[in-house]
Amino acid sequence: MIETKTLPTAYVTDPRAMRSSSGKTLRTDEMIINMGPQHPSTHGVLRLEIVVDGEIIVDVIPHIGYLHRCFEKHAEHMTNYQQVIPYCDRLDYCAAINDEHSYVLAVERMLKIELPERVEYIRVIMAELQRIASHLIAVGTFGIDAGAFTPFLYAFHDRELILSLFEMTCGARLLYNYFWIGGLSHDLPPQFVDKAKEFCTYFKPRIKEFNDLLTFNEIFVKRTANVGVLPKDVAINYACSGPMLRASGINWDLRRDDPYSVYHKIEWEPKIGKGEMGTVGDVWDRHIVRMREMEESVKIIEQALAALPAGNVQAAIPKRIRPDAGEIYARTETPRGELGFYIISDGSGTPYRVKGRAPAFVNLSVLPDISRGAMIADLVLIAGSVDIVLGQVDR
Amino acid sequence: MTAQEILESLKAKFGDAILDAKLEAMQPWISIAPDRMKDVAFFLRDDSFLQFDYMMCLSGVDYNDGRLGVVYHLFSMVHRHKIVLKAFCTKENPHVRSVSSVWGTANWHEREVFDMYGIIIDEHPDLRRLLMPDDWEGHPLRKDYKVPEFYNGMKVPY
Amino acid sequence: MGLLDQRFENGNVFVTSLDNLLNWARLSSLYQMQFGLACCAIEMMAASASDFDIMRFGIIPRATPRQADVMFVAGTVTIKMASRIKRLYDQMAEPRYIISMGSCANCGGPYWEHGYHVLKGVDRVIPVDVYVPGCPPRPEALLEGIIKLQEKVRKESLVKKSTEEKHKK
Repeated sequence: MIETKTLPTAYVTDPRAMRSSSGKTLRTDEMIINMGPQHPSTHGVLRLEIVVDGEIIVDVIPHIGYLHRCFEKHAEHMTNYQQVIPYCDRLDYCAAINDEHSYVLAVERMLKIELPERVEYIRVIMAELQRIASHLIAVGTFGIDAGAFTPFLYAFHDRELILSLFEMTCGARLLYNYFWIGGLSHDLPPQFVDKAKEFCTYFKPRIKEFNDLLTFNEIFVKRTANVGVLPKDVAINYACSGPMLRASGINWDLRRDDPYSVYHKIEWEPKIGKGEMGTVGDVWDRHIVRMREMEESVKIIEQALAALPAGNVQAAIPKRIRPDAGEIYARTETPRGELGFYIISDGSGTPYRVKGRAPAFVNLSVLPDISRGAMIADLVLIAGSVDIVLGQVDR
Repeated sequence: MTAQEILESLKAKFGDAILDAKLEAMQPWISIAPDRMKDVAFFLRDDSFLQFDYMMCLSGVDYNDGRLGVVYHLFSMVHRHKIVLKAFCTKENPHVRSVSSVWGTANWHEREVFDMYGIIIDEHPDLRRLLMPDDWEGHPLRKDYKVPEFYNGMKVPY
Repeated sequence: MGLLDQRFENGNVFVTSLDNLLNWARLSSLYQMQFGLACCAIEMMAASASDFDIMRFGIIPRATPRQADVMFVAGTVTIKMASRIKRLYDQMAEPRYIISMGSCANCGGPYWEHGYHVLKGVDRVIPVDVYVPGCPPRPEALLEGIIKLQEKVRKESLVKKSTEEKHKK
């Protein structure tokens, strides 16, 4: 037995002291490991302070703010509501169209504009194409986190086809400034519909190929099943949304339950996690929900392309965007979850306050609760399955 | 439930804590006394007719007339109704009671409100800056904020 | 091996300057430090994917700055992040190069006017060799930036004694 007078008293009364077979106590201690802000697998500049006991995680403390780009300050100083749209793009740069959709929806509701139907259908087509592109980034980089490099190349090759569709329409590959308040900046070029149909036909078997490569791969399943389980009540209390919420078994999708645009005219259904490979709400469930959402998006795009009416996409764009004094909170379903904009207008042409409620910000706050008891290698996968984009988290 | 019914059930339980309401706005809001925010929040979450279990958003606002405010957007997944709560405080006494024990998501939102507006959230488990560096001076989203010239040797303005 | 394949008649001795040889070796194998900050990081990832493929230029991503020759600062540099970038830059071994990718890293980008937390250009903390404009730059623009950097490396001299301190940064 070690003498107590030569060591600090905390040693002997330390509950973590383990007893080895010969009766001597072995001292263990917790270690604080720092992951990031520069790290190959934190999906951006996120700093995770991990308190570990050996390899088991005791606590995770995320530190954010390394990409805080003052979006809300810029929104208050822009000369009109239209100029805020490029900044909304850069919130979630992997799914820029969906960011714009949320913002223009909020302003249009404040202005009470009636949109031409063609605008609504094109918006749905673009939003769903962007959803597929964003999920491809998510699953591609998730594969790299798990150690599989090839699915990343498959995902990005398919994504290039989508980006060329966007480039054909509005000239930009990543950050578009395409949705304008009351309409769109450009109409679809004549060859868009055929190329989009071609893409849909090409992409459906590719999802199956991707699933064979990664999703149902035994190593991947063993690494992701039963890891990072998010229970239902915790998910709702922490206001999780998007694939994180649906993977925990909650049948909730804003496109159907808080409807906007023309989603109610299209036949589709949200995909829910069922715990097929492990527990409901584990990392594998979130992954398969994203894969199945891509298939569903292809269905939505095909129906919208078939139902696309004629019209002028710039007919409803107001000359002066000056909403009455008031405020509104509007939300849409982006690939990462519920993106909401709380806009206060003071009656002038400049927004008074624009708050972006980012889904990744809210989903990330649940990370400590779902990763206690996991190992460090699991933490990489759990953080990857939350699918954060730091532009959105830090705004 | 309509906004009128929600206001009435709140008034019945908390009478004096309900300061103001504007039900004819596009999204009706109710103003609550900032130090009673937590009790009202527990009631809103746990009462079986209200069941506001999902907090959509929590934002800070600077009203540019000496008042600061915290705006809560609540939603009920069960009953599918929404309500907006507001808690006003002054710049001289910027205190609002935390609701992070009611809705776990409020933890980070309230830290951000503290960081950006300087509204001190009482009883918050971990009130420190979230987005700005820990030794930053000032609260950036206030309307009277002046950008510092230098920070740790780096020039801040363009 | 395309440069040397089946080019010689007999005997395979060729004479060049040491500078040329070393620079050719260095520019063909610039190891990149994986460091993406914001939106430009997505275009950098697209550039390293199979459609644009920066690996054919010899650029392999390394996770640590100690094994890297070049760092693409891709995205907005915030003030909180600036001290970390300086530390990463100091950890890189010389000769080291920085490519500033995107408008935000060049000069602050769209956040130049009201960004209280945005550093207006990464060259306020570290010296930059090549600036690639764009918001975000296309992967082809990034490839052009890399080729410009290769041209710069080709003209350098590691072995000559020089009075000016080229690598003193």
